[in-house]
Formats: sequence, structure tokens, C-alpha cells
Amino acid sequence: MFDIVGKRFRFFLISGVVILIGVISLLTFGLKTGIEFSSGSMLTVDFEQEVEQGELEAALAELGHDNVIIQRTGAGDYLIRTMELNVEDKEALETGLEARFGQLTEPEFSSVSPLIATETVRTAVIAVAVAALGILLYVTWAFRRMPKPFHYGTCAIIALVHDALVALGVFSILGGILNWQVNMMFITGILAVIGYSVNNTVVIFDRIRENLRLDISVNFETVVNNSLVETLGRSVNTSLTTLIVVLALLFFVGATIQNLVAVLIIGIIAGTFSSICVAPTLLVVWDKGEWGRFINWLPFVRAKAVK
Amino acid sequence: MTTRNLVTMSIIMALFAFAIIALLYPLWGREAMRLGLDLRGGIHMVYQADFSDIEPGKEGEAIDGALAVIERRINILGVSEPMIQKQGADRIIVELPGISEADKAKKLIGQTALIEFRELKTEDGEEEWVPATAVIGGQKEELNSSYFRDNTYVTTGEFGEVLLIFEWNSQGRKISEEVTGRLIGEPLAIFLSGEPLLGDDGEPIAPVVRDVITDSGQIEGLSLNEAQELSQLLNAGRIPLPLNPIYDQTVSPILGADFIDMSVKAGIIGILLVMLFMMAYYRVSGVLASLSLVFYGVIVLAIFKLWPITLTLAGLGGFILSIGMAVDANVLIFERMKEEIRTGRTLGAAIEAGFNRAWNAIRDSNITTIIVCLILIWVGNSIVGGAPVAGFAVTLLIGVLVSMFSAIVVTRTLLRMFVGGPLSKKTHLFSVSVGKKDV
Repeated sequence: MFDIVGKRFRFFLISGVVILIGVISLLTFGLKTGIEFSSGSMLTVDFEQEVEQGELEAALAELGHDNVIIQRTGAGDYLIRTMELNVEDKEALETGLEARFGQLTEPEFSSVSPLIATETVRTAVIAVAVAALGILLYVTWAFRRMPKPFHYGTCAIIALVHDALVALGVFSILGGILNWQVNMMFITGILAVIGYSVNNTVVIFDRIRENLRLDISVNFETVVNNSLVETLGRSVNTSLTTLIVVLALLFFVGATIQNLVAVLIIGIIAGTFSSICVAPTLLVVWDKGEWGRFINWLPFVRAKAVK
Repeated sequence: MTTRNLVTMSIIMALFAFAIIALLYPLWGREAMRLGLDLRGGIHMVYQADFSDIEPGKEGEAIDGALAVIERRINILGVSEPMIQKQGADRIIVELPGISEADKAKKLIGQTALIEFRELKTEDGEEEWVPATAVIGGQKEELNSSYFRDNTYVTTGEFGEVLLIFEWNSQGRKISEEVTGRLIGEPLAIFLSGEPLLGDDGEPIAPVVRDVITDSGQIEGLSLNEAQELSQLLNAGRIPLPLNPIYDQTVSPILGADFIDMSVKAGIIGILLVMLFMMAYYRVSGVLASLSLVFYGVIVLAIFKLWPITLTLAGLGGFILSIGMAVDANVLIFERMKEEIRTGRTLGAAIEAGFNRAWNAIRDSNITTIIVCLILIWVGNSIVGGAPVAGFAVTLLIGVLVSMFSAIVVTRTLLRMFVGGPLSKKTHLFSVSVGKKDV
């Protein structure tokens, strides 16, 4: 029998460290927003000959585009983000690059004006707010018959925020290192993943509720752990099948929906972890009122205590 | 096998057969999957109309006029299935699927296509080309192609030179008469959309006026191609108000084809891996789940085609993701069944109990995904360029709904068939798969 609940502090530490790294990255690198949110143009350029990223950057600067963000895709193409270009600007840029690096093709081009970007940001904010509200209402409804609905609801939401923070943190790091940008597909992926992760939490909480009804004499910690172990097969298998197909997407579809796929992968992993190791164990911590114990358990606190 | 089960099975088989037929043959005029821009290539542009020079109250008229002109210009390109429509009161969406000469199309749409005749004015010792004007009925009027009849054509003169022939309308005649009468012996430059019109030789075209022109005139010096294009543009009319491109998405058709290829691969590999996993872990139940996964895939694709859903790359992503999620309901049920059998129930009883008790979890575990999908569909439809978002959400939503049906109805029916049917002798094989010794 696995003892998941007993290792709860270890799980909190893991989550805490991952989120802390993410938050530090968010504070230093921030998030790079895509053209959908901050306007501009994005070209995908495929050079026939090998071109180094540094050379490309220098060439673009010479052509008067010094504020570009260059991202290399898995297929070896370059995504070049510039100020908003019109048809003539774009042609000039292409001709300039062709003169330096030879034949090139441009599989994709998109351009978003500030007007549209503002609208998109507004809609995205509304969407996130409405989705959060919808999930909140659902959680309230789903736990209405629980012994302490507020505890369950809050823990489910902490798990959800946990997943969103992990995804944002990882994207901030990817943005800082590889110039990945947060676009509408990222928001789409994050909402999908949050919905998915809440579902997993609900299935586990459902089981806790059922087991509590069966036998109220056993202590809460044991009930939660039993419920977790009973649903472990389902939780892991469902995540695995979903992860399998998403990985298939990652390897075969590539750049265009890479943001979506990356968010899904990060989210599924974080979501599975939070559904199993964070949300239910938090319930136990809350039930026992042992926040203080967790603080004392932390390695650096313990070390101090020993001194 | 009970009669009820037999009926359900027949309905499932009929549905399956229907879906296969729908996928293989044209049905209700649906010949093939409808593909979005990112999968078939093409351009999606949104233009914002600038009404600042339009008389108040005439905005609707102006934008409808612009729409008509753009349509005629697109016809010059010969794109199949172009979509040109008004969005709200002040935007025009142009979608040209499958087009390869994207830049040419954009220039053609965006061109003001106004030919102006300008005269040379000297001011403070500096020469400048200014619009040639005449005063008609007390109003100062500029001489330009808005007074052309829409019957310009290209011909060749006696020395093989290319000539663009135009004819003035009644107002144009008056202006032209006065302007050319005043400028005999002087040059009259031709400007296109605010820039000097360059001839075949790269020099600006600025002929010297030799005679008063009233009815018709000709422009000489252009290359044949250029003259023809210009003539078509002039005949298509002038866009009556400035249109600024505010959104542009261009995908080359070649890339689109690659994407379809890769997505199909990803889908097939994804489905196969999930099946393998299910069979390895749940054995016989896994085989049945795989069968219902095939059913699921075929039904979903048939819905995509018949609805029809416009498939985008993100939409395919949503579909593939839903494959992974589709198994979830099966996993929930099988795990329940295992537990039921462990508590000593027979296989038949375990199936029924497993399904009944898993139903709550299945329903609950899909509600949030459905909520999120509905919100995303709204978002995708309300933002410019939101097709991928809506595409992802629609396919995921359909996938989730069908997966509930396929798990609850199809897998259960298949399992029941197993228990009471001709294969009942082999239940020991089945029981191994659920980890039970005494069924």
C-alpha cells in the first residue's frame, strides 16, 4: 500500500520549489507576449542553406530591423518577430535576406495591428475570468454535499492555481532562453489543462466523499490515502493516455501549435501531480490544522533547530 | 445475449456503417473535410475602413461599395471559393484559400487604383507635380480616373506600342477639356495611387499635351502586362474609402499539405499507442476499449465532415487530445469493475455495477472540459484570427461528448456481449484481465 498522504510535506516542497523557480523567472524574464497580444508581424523563414541565428540577427539589424525576436523551430526554420510590416516592408525584408543568404521560402506570415491586439487581450482576459468563474461555480456545485464544501473547493482551486503557475513559470523560462512567446494558443491550452486537472481532482474528491460515507470511524488521513490509492490506477492511466497522444502531436506537428502542445504537456504533468499529491493532501493538512508542522518540517528550518 | 443488447449492438453497427459511408462518399453535398486556412494555405486579411472622409450617414454605402470593388478585383485573380464579407459596421474580411501569390493578391486588394493627371507647378523656384484641376460649375475638380468609364482596354498601336485606352464620362469630359485646353504644349504627368506611373523603360510617364482631349485618351509606355492589369483594376472600380489592413495571416499551400500529412500521422500513432497501452494494461477489456475507440474516431470524423466543421491545425490537435481523454471514461469503468470483482461479484454484475458507479465520475470529469470548451468557442468566434482557438474547442467538445457515448454505450454493449454471448466459455481469459481468480 502506498502512503501518499504521509509524504505530503515532501510533495509540497517539490511544488513549492518548482513554482518558486517559475516565479523568479517571471520576475526576471517576465513573459514574452506574442503578436496577437502586443501587435507586430511574425514571419516564418526557411533558408535553403544553413544560416546561423547570429548571422540572421546581424543581417536583420543591417536591414533596419533591430528590435526583432528570433526563434528557431524544430524543423530548422526561423520565426522572426518584427514591428508591424506592410506588404512592401515585407518584400523589402525578404529581398534583403535573399541577397545575403540565398534562396528562401516563407511558409507563413502574420501581422496584427495594435487595434486587434487590444481587442484580443480584452477578450482573453474576459475568457480567463469567465472560465475561472465557471470552474468555481462548478466546484461549489460538485462539492455541495461534502462535509466541508469550502475546504474541498478551496483545495481544488489551489491545485488549479498551482497548475497555472507551473505552466506560466515554465513558459517564462522558455521565453527567456528560447524566445517562446505567450499567445492565444497558450491561453487556450492553459484553460483546457485547468479544466482537465480540476476534473481529476473532482474524481479523487468524489472517492473521498464516498469512502467517508462508508465508514466514518476511520481517521480522515487514512480515508484520504485509501481513496487516493484506489483511484491511483485511474489517475495515472488517464494522464498517460492523454500524454501519449500529446507527445505524438509534439513529434509530428511541430512549430505552429508547439505552444499549445507544450502547455498541454506541462499542464497534464503538473495537473496529475497536483490532483494526487497536492489537493487531497492539503485537505488533510487543513483538517489537522498542521500548517505549523509543515513549516517546522522544512529542511532549512530543521537545520536551524538543530543548531 | 439479451434482445435489448442485440438491438443496441445493431444500432451501433448501423451508426458505424453510416459514418464510414459518410467518410468515404459525398453525402448531402459534403465532398470532403472542410479545411481551414492553416491546412490548405491562403490568406486571411481584415481591413478597417476609415470613414473620416465620408459624409456622415453614407458609411454603409461606402463600405458596401468597397466590398463590391474588392470582389471584382478578386475575380481578376481567379481564386476559387473566395470569401469577402463585412464584419460589424466598419471591417471587411477577405479570405482567399489556396492562393499561392499572396503578396500580389494583397497589393491588388489594397490598391487605391486612382490614376491622377498632374501638372507641373513652380513654387519658390521648386518644381512640383500637383493635381491638374478645372473649375466646373463653381467647384474645383481634379482630373483623375474616377471619371473614366469602366470600359478601358489595352491595344497596340501601329508601331507595336502598348496603349491603354480610356474614355471620359460626361463630367470627365468637361474637366479634361478645360485642363488640356489650358496645358497645350505642357507636360501632363500620370500618377497611380499617389506615385508617378513608371513606363516600361523605368521613366515616369509624362506626355506633352498636343491637343484638347474631350472624349477619350490613351496612356502610352507601359508594358503589356502592366497595362492589362491596370486596365482590369480601373474597370473593377475604385475603392470609395481608405481601408487599412489590421490583421494578416498568410500560409503557403505547401505548408498546409505538410500539416495535414503530419497531423494524420500524429493521430494514427496516437491512437495506436493508446490502444497498445489499453490492451497491455486491461487486456480483453482493453481490446474492447480499443474497438470503441475506433468507433469513436470514425464517428467524430464523420461529424466533422457532415456538420461541417472547419478543420484547423489546432482543431486536429483538439481531436487528437480528445482521443487521449476519450479513453478516460473506459479507464474509470474498468478500474471500477476490477474493484467490484475483487469484492466477489460475478463478471456480469461487476460490469453493471462498474458502469453505474463510474457514471457520476465520468459526468463530473467532463463538465469542466465542456465549460472551458464553450467559453473558448465564444472567444474564438469573437476575436479576429480566432479560428484556431474555436477550432480546438469545437473538436475537443465534440470529442468529449462522443467519447462519453462510446464509453458508456459502446464499451458496455461490447462487454455485455462478451458475458452472455457465444464467447462466454472463455470468460476465464477475460477474468485474468481484471485480476480475478474466482469468476
